[in-house]
Amino acid sequence: MKTDIILAGVGGQGILSIATIIGEAATKAGLNLKQAEVHGMSQRGGDVQSNLRLSDQTIYSDLIPRGKADLIIAMEPMEALRYVPFLSKDGVVVTSSKPFVNIPNYPEETAIFNELDSLNKVVRLDIEAMAHELKTPKSANVILLGMAAPFLDILSAEELRSAIGRVFSSKGEAIVEANYKAFDFGLSQAKK
Amino acid sequence: MDKRLLLGDEAIALGALHAGLSGVYAYPGTPSTEITEFIQNATGYGKETYVICDHELKANGKIHSRWCSNEKTAMEAALGMSYAGKRALVCMKHVGMNVCADAFVNSAITGVNGGLVVLAADDPSMHSSQNEQDSRFYAKFAMIPVFEPSNQQEAYNMMEDAFNLSESLKLPVMMRVVTRLAHSRANVEVKSEAREENALNPDSGRHWVLLPAIARKNYVSLLDKQKDMVAASETSKYNNISSLGGKAKLGVITCGIGYNYVMESGVQDAEILKISQYPLPEQQIKYLAERVEKILVVEDGQPVVEELVHGILGADYAVEGRLSGALPRTGELNPDNVALALKNVQSGNAQADTDFPTANSPINVVGRPPALCQGCGHRDVYTAIKDLVTEIPSARVFGDIGCYTLGALPPFQAITSCVDMGASITMAKGAADAGVWPAIAVIGDSTFTHSGMTGLLDAINDRANITVIISDNLTTGMTGGQDSQGTNRFEQICLGLGVEPEHLHVVVPLPKNMDEIKKVLHDEINYKGVSVIIPRRECIQTHARKLRQAKSK
Repeated sequence: MKTDIILAGVGGQGILSIATIIGEAATKAGLNLKQAEVHGMSQRGGDVQSNLRLSDQTIYSDLIPRGKADLIIAMEPMEALRYVPFLSKDGVVVTSSKPFVNIPNYPEETAIFNELDSLNKVVRLDIEAMAHELKTPKSANVILLGMAAPFLDILSAEELRSAIGRVFSSKGEAIVEANYKAFDFGLSQAKK
Repeated sequence: MDKRLLLGDEAIALGALHAGLSGVYAYPGTPSTEITEFIQNATGYGKETYVICDHELKANGKIHSRWCSNEKTAMEAALGMSYAGKRALVCMKHVGMNVCADAFVNSAITGVNGGLVVLAADDPSMHSSQNEQDSRFYAKFAMIPVFEPSNQQEAYNMMEDAFNLSESLKLPVMMRVVTRLAHSRANVEVKSEAREENALNPDSGRHWVLLPAIARKNYVSLLDKQKDMVAASETSKYNNISSLGGKAKLGVITCGIGYNYVMESGVQDAEILKISQYPLPEQQIKYLAERVEKILVVEDGQPVVEELVHGILGADYAVEGRLSGALPRTGELNPDNVALALKNVQSGNAQADTDFPTANSPINVVGRPPALCQGCGHRDVYTAIKDLVTEIPSARVFGDIGCYTLGALPPFQAITSCVDMGASITMAKGAADAGVWPAIAVIGDSTFTHSGMTGLLDAINDRANITVIISDNLTTGMTGGQDSQGTNRFEQICLGLGVEPEHLHVVVPLPKNMDEIKKVLHDEINYKGVSVIIPRRECIQTHARKLRQAKSK
């Protein structure tokens, strides 16, 4: 069994913390894992992505072949679209619906959403607005992880939830609780 | 044994620590930076009291890990530690090899005492670099062995083997990685204890003095060792042949991470020679060639091995790879271009580069290039420069390597050139010598101490008509905020080199000071000689990080 995930966003949006939580859960579950990251120049406000591969078998390539990703998790809708060539036919896209516009030629929002909606399965939500509503403003990415949890076949939602506890434990109980709340909310949205 | 989730860079760092490392010497450079940072964190570098944070380390003394001014000083210091009998690691990005090349090539002539490993992190596809040069050429040039891991576990394991081989051959050994391994995480089985550091044992041999008479003898000795290096490759546990399926007509030589993409493809009816230690194991290559009809070379970077295999097997043997066009000549390998090359070569279809799948973007996607952070002091510097260039169209601005290279992109589009570390000052000088006016250099604080100071001395001695802007953000920003070697001493350095005090200015790059900055710039381009302007304001990223750290205490 294997799950190939592409995490996407804009430099500074915190896609690597999502990877850290999934990585923690996968390590605890005894799975093999490879996670290719982007460091350096492109981190400065440019597009960033991470290839995350989980399997109970040997994983050779650090990169996911085109058309083989099971899941795209994106902090930004156009960034979700950027990696569609890597998505498998029955793949799922879980994305924030809030555009991050730091370039002059950002496409029409409706065009992006129409193109996204033509894909097999897309779950999208304004996670930043929801994070504010939940009074957990720094946990938008964990809402997104909750939304992705039902599609991450190789790990259960409970395994991911307990990984959140371990990853944030050093930051105190309040922050752990805020992230549980964000995760549970995301999970409930995905199940709708 | 213990299992750890590690970046390739971190696996290298921990492998070195567990192999009895006494010092790491490096200048930050993507994708090699995290090696030194891991060692700093693991050994408590920069903490007030020295604590070994990582319980697995049983270090006897303090392991050196402070950043160096540049790759040449790093290489020389590492060689000095090796001379003293201890194990030293020097790390750099591929273009750092150019900076340290004099010391590097000659370290193969002096030979070593304690183990010396030179880690070069190449960047095929130029994710964060100005070229895709392949460091294996440097190792061949210096005639030393190379280890090239295919995964994070090998990267960890090889550090010990590399130090052992260095000490047995009495030569420096290169370890070459590429971005995709350096910046990818995987679970790695690691030892629970570190080897003891070597005892202090300075070498007493004359071979360290490279006078011609001695160097000639050393060179003969280096040539003699070549057969031992090849023998080590022939029997290396990292070089081996495996069969996929029964009736193989295709042989595949994989180098480093090329192996992963070949295995990912699920190719059948092929014989794989996995190479992760150089010089090339010639006998194994000849053995493979006899068993198959043609060979595809899968190597990330430049076609180093493909060329050599032609030499080993003769011009008539069919060898495919990046030179033949079976794989793209530029850019990094990936599972898709390797799978296609395997399919094409196996079926006998010769395909041109253009047939490789490229990232065919969906319709509503545009590029999102990196940009200077909002609030960054470099922005204010470029606002002032842009204004001046608009006013005086003959002005040329020579850039350098760092975040401020992004001044080449919109909205500023303010720089004329970016070539190599320090070239802003010397190119501005050369252009001024030719008659360009105003000739302005923009260089960061860390790049200035890396390679800008000697160029400034040339300019002063020549009374070159240039204006140098040292955009000082008190850190090495682009690589994530490492210590900058000249912090708080730039005025002294400039005055010491001979900049006239009345033409040395410090300004604070903030929008509210824009009039003042523009005036200083304007005045100084009109001075016929060397002027230095230092806009100084802390990098907003490191500033924010310090605030977070202070808050969490």
